[in-house]
Amino acid sequence: MPPNDSSLLGAESLAVVSHPVRHDSAALHVRGAAAYIDDIREPQGALHVAPGLSPATRGRIKTLNLDPVRAAPGVVAVLTPADVPGHNNTSHFDDDPLIADGAVVFRGQVTFAVVARTRDEARRAARLAQVEIEEETPILTIEDALAANATVLPDYDFKIGDPHAALAAAQHRLEGKLRIGGQEHFYLEGQAAFAIPGESGEMLVHSSTQDPTELQNVVAGVLGMPNAFVTVETRRMGGAFGGKETQAAQTGALAALAAYVTKQPCKLRLDRDDDFAITGKRHDFRADWTVGFDDEGRIAAYDVALNARCGCSVDMSPGVVDRAMFHAANAYHLPATNIMSRRLFTNTVSNTAFRGFGGPQGMLAIERVMDAVAHATGRDPLDVRKANLYTAGANVTPYGQTVEDPDVLASLIDKLEASSDYRARRAQIAAWNETSPIIKRGLALTPVQFGISFTLQHLNQAGALVHVYQDGSVHLNHGGTEMGQGLFTKVAQVVAEEFGIPLDWVRITATNTAKVPNASPTAASAGSDLNGMAAQAAAREIKGRMIAFATERYDATPDQIRFRDGLVVIGNQTVPFPELAKLCRQNRVQLSHAGFYKTPDIHWDRAARTGRPFLYYAYGAACAEVAIDVLTGENKVTRVDILHDAGRSLNPALDIGQIEGGFVQGMGWLTTEELVFDAKGRLATHAPSTYKIPVASDVPADFRVALLDEPNRAATIYRSKAVGEPPLMLAIAVYSALLDALHSIDPGKQVQLDAPATPERILKAAEALKVV
Amino acid sequence: MFDPRPIKLTVNGKTIEATVEPRVHLADFLRKQLALTGTHLGCEHGVCGACTVLVNGATARACLMLAVQADGCAVETIESVASADGTLHPIQAALSRHHGLQCGYCTPGVVMTLLELQRESAGSALPEDKIRTALSGNLCRCTGYQGMVDAALEILG
Repeated sequence: MPPNDSSLLGAESLAVVSHPVRHDSAALHVRGAAAYIDDIREPQGALHVAPGLSPATRGRIKTLNLDPVRAAPGVVAVLTPADVPGHNNTSHFDDDPLIADGAVVFRGQVTFAVVARTRDEARRAARLAQVEIEEETPILTIEDALAANATVLPDYDFKIGDPHAALAAAQHRLEGKLRIGGQEHFYLEGQAAFAIPGESGEMLVHSSTQDPTELQNVVAGVLGMPNAFVTVETRRMGGAFGGKETQAAQTGALAALAAYVTKQPCKLRLDRDDDFAITGKRHDFRADWTVGFDDEGRIAAYDVALNARCGCSVDMSPGVVDRAMFHAANAYHLPATNIMSRRLFTNTVSNTAFRGFGGPQGMLAIERVMDAVAHATGRDPLDVRKANLYTAGANVTPYGQTVEDPDVLASLIDKLEASSDYRARRAQIAAWNETSPIIKRGLALTPVQFGISFTLQHLNQAGALVHVYQDGSVHLNHGGTEMGQGLFTKVAQVVAEEFGIPLDWVRITATNTAKVPNASPTAASAGSDLNGMAAQAAAREIKGRMIAFATERYDATPDQIRFRDGLVVIGNQTVPFPELAKLCRQNRVQLSHAGFYKTPDIHWDRAARTGRPFLYYAYGAACAEVAIDVLTGENKVTRVDILHDAGRSLNPALDIGQIEGGFVQGMGWLTTEELVFDAKGRLATHAPSTYKIPVASDVPADFRVALLDEPNRAATIYRSKAVGEPPLMLAIAVYSALLDALHSIDPGKQVQLDAPATPERILKAAEALKVV
Repeated sequence: MFDPRPIKLTVNGKTIEATVEPRVHLADFLRKQLALTGTHLGCEHGVCGACTVLVNGATARACLMLAVQADGCAVETIESVASADGTLHPIQAALSRHHGLQCGYCTPGVVMTLLELQRESAGSALPEDKIRTALSGNLCRCTGYQGMVDAALEILG
């Protein structure tokens, strides 16, 4: 039975789902009463861990004298690879040692850890190690890695048509290189874990992680214990954005190892500078592109090499770089396309998941190409984009998936073009730029087409555990984690809707590997899609048993029974939901169920380079206006209009929050957030003092965000769409608007502007255009 | 110079006498010795604003101030903002109503910044740019600030 078809028709009025209810922890957050890892009351004897970091970028550890560390005040233990009873690694690829053993591959790599009575004592002691490293010349940049042919994984490509022939035959050709910077997650709550040892080697780890199951697996591996001895619990994270998927493992495992060695509860909360040094970031890329097109700006061929800096290990680079490739065409039908990727090794921290997971980098490259084509043909960039969109007749992606609903994006763009008053503003801005030599304005409208599903197929599953108690209150647990996005609220809305009870009868509980096992990370925007479905399945099963009982008890047929407003309506009778729950218990009806869901209809054959990796696409578009000062490079985003497709939203308020927050995070990635590694491989931008994320005054005061509000055509939970990652890429409109403003300096030339478009880069680009 | 020292201050109206090591910062003192964990530590070098408290009525970064420096001061933390019966302060209620929070980690600092702004404004309406500038010392990585600004405008605008 296809789920929720009645809701698609609007025949069913929803009591809880689709309502803009507040985040479940809002009342706690405004009072500072929501507990994060560091707020858990420490039992007596709790100890604190601090890592010792490599002062060198690449080399063999000649000596590591930890005696001064051991002798420091308050130190209880010093952890080295010799203390690891199991496997000294945190990665599936066996290339991320928990504690470096013999050699270091990036500056800041953990070479030991200190356990002390206080965090302060542990951190002071960690500085006392005497380390001698025989340094080797590090591979730092993409160019270094290309020259050395240093990779973490083999190259991979897919193509459609005959791009080389099509390029040769094209009316016009352009080529370029675009550097795309990485990004630090800067979750406000740094990495943190608190491990509590139990009997017989059991270990409970409270962790700020997006992937409790993976941490459970890593801790069990490090301790040499079966998974069943390890429990990981996560109530909430103070932000994550992909940075607490694999990257929470080292902190969690070090805390657990410390607890194993000392037999005391042990906490590790990373110092912010250490967090910047130790944990991975968004991959930086160099996209080398060639495009062939006609006078109208229609693209005939696109050839792109995506050179990704993966850092010192594999981590999640396979998925990240594949996703960059999947999104290298964004929303465009490129008849002949070659998408090639290189996964480069460098002696820098291993790059990792970050909201969008490679998608943003692939998408930025093709959007930059659209602007280049527009500038070359003299056409409006929006017209060039529209001329190249997927259409009903031209809708096969370079990876073989058919885009079944290209009309959704086309009409979304038309609506935004009208509501943002694009054409009139385009004319106004052109007139302004004619007479304004110093302040130049720019405008851009760019689309997003983001594929939803994990491309690693087995992750597309979820479990949920629902109990109805005899007083009618409901305990809800699922494998998803809460990082602020409102997942817990949305899934609770689904369960309340199923039982027809008020939302506050549903008690949301911390994610826990002992309640729902073998969960997937909360990632790929799939949290609500997967866990919502699993929770709905659990609730429906219990509800079915309650209905079966009620039919007998009240001599009714199932179709006469309705759950609503906290009541169960059975024909002409009404029984309060709590009363029916109590009766069920008394009559030995099981009121607990573990629901399960796996995404249907997806498959991807990586070797054959074809398949249907995505269940559906989430769409959106943004129109951004900027102003730049060509004498200083200073710039400001003055207005943003967004229309985004969250399907039939599970919660419009939370979804708009995701869109606004994602956009601003993307804007930071493309403008002010610059990661600088110096010539020795040291991260010079190591804290918010030197790494600038957007603040309230950077966000345009004129910021108009709307939802498309059309049901998902795919059978998702209440026909909603995933909304976590796609909005980040809406910020490409800001980068494109900056290009537009620069282009007005000399419309006869191509603009050279790498990302992030810092004031320095904008100034350089402007200067280059001014040279006659 | 590392010997613990006695300090006397008021925290949320209550007189506190305590002995602290001179290098303990105010945030650690509040969080560990007084179990007031609503003051969050984000960056521990005075940039992110998560640990914002009021000292003698003015915002201060509790990670940059030593506990001994608060000797004799009146400190207010997020725990004092709602009424004793749990009724939210209008700023708190507005932040919740306007969805001006997601992960919540920065929220207590935001509340304290807006509280200072409200007292300073003494009832006169504040323009949006002033509110945005005031909030620029509180980093939020989740929301894009829009709900926060909307909440502040409702109360202070």
